[in-house]
Amino acid sequence: MEILTILIPVSLGLGGIGLGAFIWALRSHQFEDPKGDAERILSDEWDDHPRPD
Amino acid sequence: MTQAARFSACPACDVAPLAQGIARREAEGVGQGELILSLPTAHCAVCITDVERALMAVPGVRRARVNLTLRRVRIDAPGLEASDLLPVLERIGYEAHELDPAALDTGATDRMGRDLLMRIGVAGFAMMNIMILSVAVWSGADEASRDLFHWISAAIALPTIAFAGQPFFASAYGALRARRLGMDVPISLALILATAISLYETRNSGHHAYFDAAVMLCFFLLIGRYLDHRTRAIARSAAAELSALEVPRATRLCEGGEEVVPVAQLRPGDLLRILPGTRIPADGEIAEGQSEIDRALLTGETLPFAASAGDMLSAGEINLTGPLTLRVTAAGADSSLAQLTALVEAAESARGRYTSLAERASRAYAPVVHILALASFLGWFWITRDIRHSVNIAAAVLIITCPCALGLAVPAVVTAASGRLFRKGLLIKNGTALERLAQVDTVVFDKTGTLTMGTPRLVSPERIPAELAPVVLALAAASSHPLSRALVAALDEYLPADLAEVHECPGYGVSARWNGQEVRLGRADWLRVSDDQNARPGISTWLSVEGQGAPIRLDFTDALRPGAADCVARLHRDGLQVILLSGDRLATVADLAAKLDIREYRAAVDPLGKAAMIDGLARQGRQVLMVGDGLNDTAALAGAHVSISPATALDAARVASDMVLTGQNLLPVADAIVTARQATRRIKENFSISILYNIVAVPIAVAGLATPLIAALAMSASSITVTLNALRLRHSKS
Repeated sequence: MEILTILIPVSLGLGGIGLGAFIWALRSHQFEDPKGDAERILSDEWDDHPRPD
Repeated sequence: MTQAARFSACPACDVAPLAQGIARREAEGVGQGELILSLPTAHCAVCITDVERALMAVPGVRRARVNLTLRRVRIDAPGLEASDLLPVLERIGYEAHELDPAALDTGATDRMGRDLLMRIGVAGFAMMNIMILSVAVWSGADEASRDLFHWISAAIALPTIAFAGQPFFASAYGALRARRLGMDVPISLALILATAISLYETRNSGHHAYFDAAVMLCFFLLIGRYLDHRTRAIARSAAAELSALEVPRATRLCEGGEEVVPVAQLRPGDLLRILPGTRIPADGEIAEGQSEIDRALLTGETLPFAASAGDMLSAGEINLTGPLTLRVTAAGADSSLAQLTALVEAAESARGRYTSLAERASRAYAPVVHILALASFLGWFWITRDIRHSVNIAAAVLIITCPCALGLAVPAVVTAASGRLFRKGLLIKNGTALERLAQVDTVVFDKTGTLTMGTPRLVSPERIPAELAPVVLALAAASSHPLSRALVAALDEYLPADLAEVHECPGYGVSARWNGQEVRLGRADWLRVSDDQNARPGISTWLSVEGQGAPIRLDFTDALRPGAADCVARLHRDGLQVILLSGDRLATVADLAAKLDIREYRAAVDPLGKAAMIDGLARQGRQVLMVGDGLNDTAALAGAHVSISPATALDAARVASDMVLTGQNLLPVADAIVTARQATRRIKENFSISILYNIVAVPIAVAGLATPLIAALAMSASSITVTLNALRLRHSKS
């Protein structure tokens, strides 16, 4: 049962990281053009270095 | 593009792409030097790179990003105009239109959608974590650890309910203040009561805590809310885009020249310059000039009307041939356009009285649930005299009659259905439109611009002698009249002849000299031939060549809209009655009705006549679908049980309609009725599932046998069932 003192905070922490990531993605407008994002993968325009904006 | 159905928090991610706005800056209005162009033809990775690369190559463009979901490109180019960039895209083969950012206004809906998503995320996270702890409890955690798990659950659930439940609390509070019981009152009560009781039980180390059920209820209902919001947001954004394509401006004559002003700033008495091919921006009287006026959008009449100084024109008509100076008599709110809007509003409020299936269900649902919970509380209290036990059971009843299925049933179906229709090119603007469409038994079509394209086409080009064709082409090329354009399109294999002294006589036709002889193309009376237009369908123009005998008649017909014939045939096959209602001349209307096999038609109907006819049908107990595009249809569109207008329709007509056809093809109208009927069937099935589930679950709860485990199982089972049932709609054949 002592293991719980470690496991519960760990599970909450991991979930929290996931929630944090979701909120970050939402705030930085990552869900605004799902179709475009899916298509952009196929273009080799910015393969060598990221787009400068 | 076939996509497997994903059962995720958002079963329709790929059905109807999220009409979220574009960026934070959009919420604050478009920045200086920002342009938005619509790219209706963009559809793949190559399009994205092509467009962005071409735009970035233009000097002065700092940023260009394509949004494929919305088919728009946002350009940051201080000092450049859309007119500088449109040719660039045209050269690489992309059709682009300037959008008026003011009309797009996606900021508020965008924020609301993101806000709901955030609450869904938080509720989902909390739900999963509490579920882990609950599983431990259900598996038989004993006293001390059970209480610990309950406390941890409480620590997660309280802030979650406080944050994620806000949309429900807010609207429940609003409903109570207005002395109504909506869906949200029982929902809020269930959330608050369940949380409070669980907290109390946890403090007294009781066995049952419903934290997981409360948060799960919140999560499922938020998904329903979000689907609802998104369906509406997509429709709104697409409708706004149609309006944003028309940037309304007028050229006003002022001291020292002309100025271009927004239509909203026009005042009676202003003098406007109206160029050929433009729409009349306000009601007025012609001060000088002669021209032909296309009144099709107002009256359905395809024959242009000859206008000269002193004639009155109304907003929305199109000036065809000559430049005019117009003295404004009424602008903006006083124009004939706006007066029709009053009619529309009256009819709209009549339509607003339609209560959807969901509303009717929730109206019955709320009191029943409250009474059940209260009855079980009183009953148990009377039997056991134990207030804690009785309240516990009342809370279990509230939770287990969870409206999840009700709250999800309708949005999930509507999302799936509108996504399917959206892909076919039909936009649903109104939440109850699908249900109303399913009841339709009579379809009334307008003719000009709806069943037809509203653009003339030369009937038999072979009637023009080959040696005269180049002459006709050269004459037609000199004018922007629709008939001239149709001639130019029909004679594209010829080279224009050499003409001298080409002169357009506005309202009559074009004259010129060809090899020293006078040639004329234009109205019959101008060429001094007698011609009774009303005896024949379609429109005619005449060609005379000096010394070549009698003038030659050229006949035009209004081109059928693609899919019109198939659409009418399918409606007939599905057992609907089709009626053609037009303001045009009898000969033309009869001709078209015969072509499309429409047995019932009326010609030369004025706008009020149309509305009266729709009223009459409604009084006979018919459920009418009206399809129309013009100002003359507006009152009828608003008065019909449900209405559709094509994207080319006048703004007022689109506003008055429940649905908008985004493509050229008319066939989706027939599809829509089939889909609407399927959707309504699904909604009713989902209600039956919910009711069946409640019939089983409620007695268990009232009997006091509903443990948190049973509540959780029952709740998720019912929600998942209705969502899956709604998703069937996406894959059924139509």
